[in-house]
Amino acid sequence: MSFFNFAWQWLIAVGHWSGPEGIPSRLLEHVEYTALAMVISAAVALPAGVAIGHTGRGGFAVVSLANIWRSLPTLGLLILAFVLTSGASWAWVVPLVVLAVPPILVTAYEGVLGVDPDLKDSATGMGMTPLQVLFKVEIPVALPLILLGLRTATIQVVSTATIAAYISLGGLGRYIIDGLATNNYGEVAGGAALVVLLALVVQFAFSGLARLVVPAGLRNQARQS
Amino acid sequence: MSWASQNASLLAHLTGQNAYLALLPVLFGLVISLPLGIVCVRFGWLYPPVLGLTSVLYALPALALFVALIAYTGLTDTTVIIPLTVYAVSVIFPSVVDGLRSVPEPVRQAAVAMGFGTWRRLATVELPIAAPVVIAGLRIASVSSISLVSVGQLIGIGGLGYLFIDGEQRSFTTEIVWGIVLIVVLALVTDLVLVLARRLLTPWQRGAAPTRATARRAVLSGQPGRGGVPAA
Amino acid sequence: MHRIALHKAMALGIATAAGLTLAACGSSGKPSNPLSGGGGSKSVVIGSANFPESQLLATIYQQALQAKGIKVTTKLNIGAREVYYPLIKKGTITILPEYNGALLTTSVSPSSTAASTAQVDAALKAGLPSTLEILNPSTAQDADSVTVTAAFAKKYHLKSIPDLKPIAKNMVFGGPPEFRTRADGLIGLKKNYGLVFKNFKPTDTSSTITFTDLMNGSVQAADVFTTTPQIITDHFVVLADPKNNFAAQNVIPLVYKPGVNAKIIGILNAVSAALSQTALLQMDSALVVQHASYSQVASGFLSATGLG
Repeated sequence: MSFFNFAWQWLIAVGHWSGPEGIPSRLLEHVEYTALAMVISAAVALPAGVAIGHTGRGGFAVVSLANIWRSLPTLGLLILAFVLTSGASWAWVVPLVVLAVPPILVTAYEGVLGVDPDLKDSATGMGMTPLQVLFKVEIPVALPLILLGLRTATIQVVSTATIAAYISLGGLGRYIIDGLATNNYGEVAGGAALVVLLALVVQFAFSGLARLVVPAGLRNQARQS
Repeated sequence: MSWASQNASLLAHLTGQNAYLALLPVLFGLVISLPLGIVCVRFGWLYPPVLGLTSVLYALPALALFVALIAYTGLTDTTVIIPLTVYAVSVIFPSVVDGLRSVPEPVRQAAVAMGFGTWRRLATVELPIAAPVVIAGLRIASVSSISLVSVGQLIGIGGLGYLFIDGEQRSFTTEIVWGIVLIVVLALVTDLVLVLARRLLTPWQRGAAPTRATARRAVLSGQPGRGGVPAA
Repeated sequence: MHRIALHKAMALGIATAAGLTLAACGSSGKPSNPLSGGGGSKSVVIGSANFPESQLLATIYQQALQAKGIKVTTKLNIGAREVYYPLIKKGTITILPEYNGALLTTSVSPSSTAASTAQVDAALKAGLPSTLEILNPSTAQDADSVTVTAAFAKKYHLKSIPDLKPIAKNMVFGGPPEFRTRADGLIGLKKNYGLVFKNFKPTDTSSTITFTDLMNGSVQAADVFTTTPQIITDHFVVLADPKNNFAAQNVIPLVYKPGVNAKIIGILNAVSAALSQTALLQMDSALVVQHASYSQVASGFLSATGLG
């Protein structure tokens, strides 16, 4: 099929693999943007979500957030961020974080809130302090959901970073935007293929991570939940 | 805002275009997901692989899918409608399965005992009970679909995304903000309409659906064990 | 729902799925560029590039033709010339507002050294395919340029493009993505002036991103279209182009001959005759500074010139 032909022909061209506009360089840029946005988002959303789930307060805000988040248009946010920051070089971070925080926040909240009260009771009965209960029982039990939220957020960020090429960002989106501008469908197809591959790698990496990090008993529970 | 009132017909036109491009795929998604879901409930072993496939498709970034489709459908509306349909199926299909599986066993058995055949049971008992869950999936699919249409502006496909590009090109921040506002409003209105539809279709259910479940579903639908959002 | 209705729903679902799959797998095997797909068209279709002035000109053409009873449809914001030129060659688009020099060096004859309006038009007439034709040029021009901020020009005593030679290697140049590959873009600047910049930053088509980047120093020079109002409002300096890297770029209608007739040509030529540089600058200002709507600005021009 022709998309794959175009992508393949472009990807196997040796010239596309070297230099600052080459594939390794752009791929690295894309990973860097994603990593930076995810670190910031997780640093904000994980503690907040765990805290809200632990105390059970502020849940309504979390619910409303989830409902609005899905409707936010990425392209609009990126352009607005550029305009409002007068083209700051970090303008792109804001929409990426804004879009990554809700899934992490909601799953952390959900995960911690959903811990079986009996488990917490037993832990307390065993002499654990509230903080110990949080770190030794609640968070591990919430881990499957939290990882799911992180996976969602990471893929969202990979995607938004692609669109951010419209406001001059580097990364894999450059191939799509520049290719569209110069009528070079090979470049467009190659870029799209790379973005898809990256998203798939993230998807499967997180699944693998979940298998490693989450104890077997909890994994089965997550599958049924 | 005076600009908005002066350009009301443009805004209305773009909103209508956006709604069409977003909700037609949701309709297609429902039409595909219903039989697909019914089959996967009947033949339970089918569910994990199909769900695995849809959740992988769900993770694919929208811009990449749009430009990939250009090779087959050119720079037309179809190029945007097909990927949005795929995303809609990824969200609605698990909802159909979850909804059907949420039918309490005693209820199903009572229907069997009363002599309902498979199709009649499905149509008059199981699907109506599954309706709230399915509608929850429709809500999520609709909201994210409405937002994703704007990405199509990068390949010249119409909708409210035009306001972002034109606003950027004419240094007109108001226009950009209006684009965001109208998309969010369109999404929330669509969501509300679907909630009302649920109330109409399931009069035996009074009171709001559990809000926590709504939040979790809003964030984590479309994946096995539920995690995912169509990546914009 | 009755049994039959359910069966119908399932059949519809399966048919839809099959149809979508077929649509996805169909039309493959063509070596042609997918970005330029699409067949011919029966009605008069006016296209435009993906920047405001082009959209405005297309709207002017549309209103002028409609005022004389000609049915038109528009296909605006198609993309850069690289995308829409194949469409008019094929006849999918009938009329395009063009800029003669840019059309020549981008799509018709990249190696051409034609500079003046007359030279460019002659080269175009010689080089265009037989299905395409340029009409009369207007006196209004909107050219690409190399532009810097007033402060930057003052600091390095810049008046014309050759003045950049000593500092180019430390500069980032901004412009639309296609500037990188066009004959009169980075390639032409290197060939004609020996300029090699440190980096090229793809910004946009002489719009917000370009100006913001010039103002905040993300780029030190940029391709700013010469009718852009921000040149005046933001005090930019357009550097002189003694070697004519950028040829004359008069606004000119490009038409697909089989799709137009003498009446249409007459109307478009009248529009070109009425389009002065001042008028174009004023209209761009109305669009970009006052944010008037395209149709308002277009109809204002047409009534002021008695054409609409």
